[in-house]
Amino acid sequence: MQEKIDIQISDQELIIDSCYSFVQHEGAGGNALFVGSVRSQTSGKKVIKLEFEAFESMARKELRKIAEAIMDKWQALGISIHHRTGTLAIGEIAVIIAVSAPHRDAAFEACQYAIDTLKVTVPIWKREYFDDGAIWVAAHP
Amino acid sequence: MRVKIRAFGIAKEIVGGPVSQLDLKDKATISEVKDVLSLKYPDFSTLKKFSIAVNESYQDDDYVVTEGDELVIIPPVSGG
Repeated sequence: MQEKIDIQISDQELIIDSCYSFVQHEGAGGNALFVGSVRSQTSGKKVIKLEFEAFESMARKELRKIAEAIMDKWQALGISIHHRTGTLAIGEIAVIIAVSAPHRDAAFEACQYAIDTLKVTVPIWKREYFDDGAIWVAAHP
Repeated sequence: MRVKIRAFGIAKEIVGGPVSQLDLKDKATISEVKDVLSLKYPDFSTLKKFSIAVNESYQDDDYVVTEGDELVIIPPVSGG
């Protein structure tokens, strides 16, 4: 059977349908899709743009670990995770996660697990730019 | 031994570039690598935390560094 895991890190615009199409499976009864986008403010402060930097080779490995855990734990039928790098404007897509599974509970839970774990383990860093400077998100206590 | 360590995100700013050279004693552990880094660059102590990846995997503090290991400083991640 063809492996149903698709991991991509790209400095080009992310395409939702690319992830959604990838996870299509005739045994799937639920397809969960999470799309993370760049919001216009953080803690009341206006955000101008974001930059994502990745340690790409390791980030791909860590994303694959997440995908393999999902295939194993939730018997997912397909998973696609795409993460953006480079400069992003407000409203642009930063990350897409698509999971297909036989039933909706598994699809929802797996999708949530993927984004929650990504935020803890995958070596990608976000820099937020404001009118008066920039910060690396989550760097300091 | 003298090792090269790569840096990303805020760690790149703290060490002043994408790569730093560290002088480690033989059989240094990851814990000791962190100590050497924090001594050389005190700003590391202002971070929430930081990890060291060896050959593209996170390693525990007691891992012993050997010649040829690819070391990378991983400051708190913030993807997604």
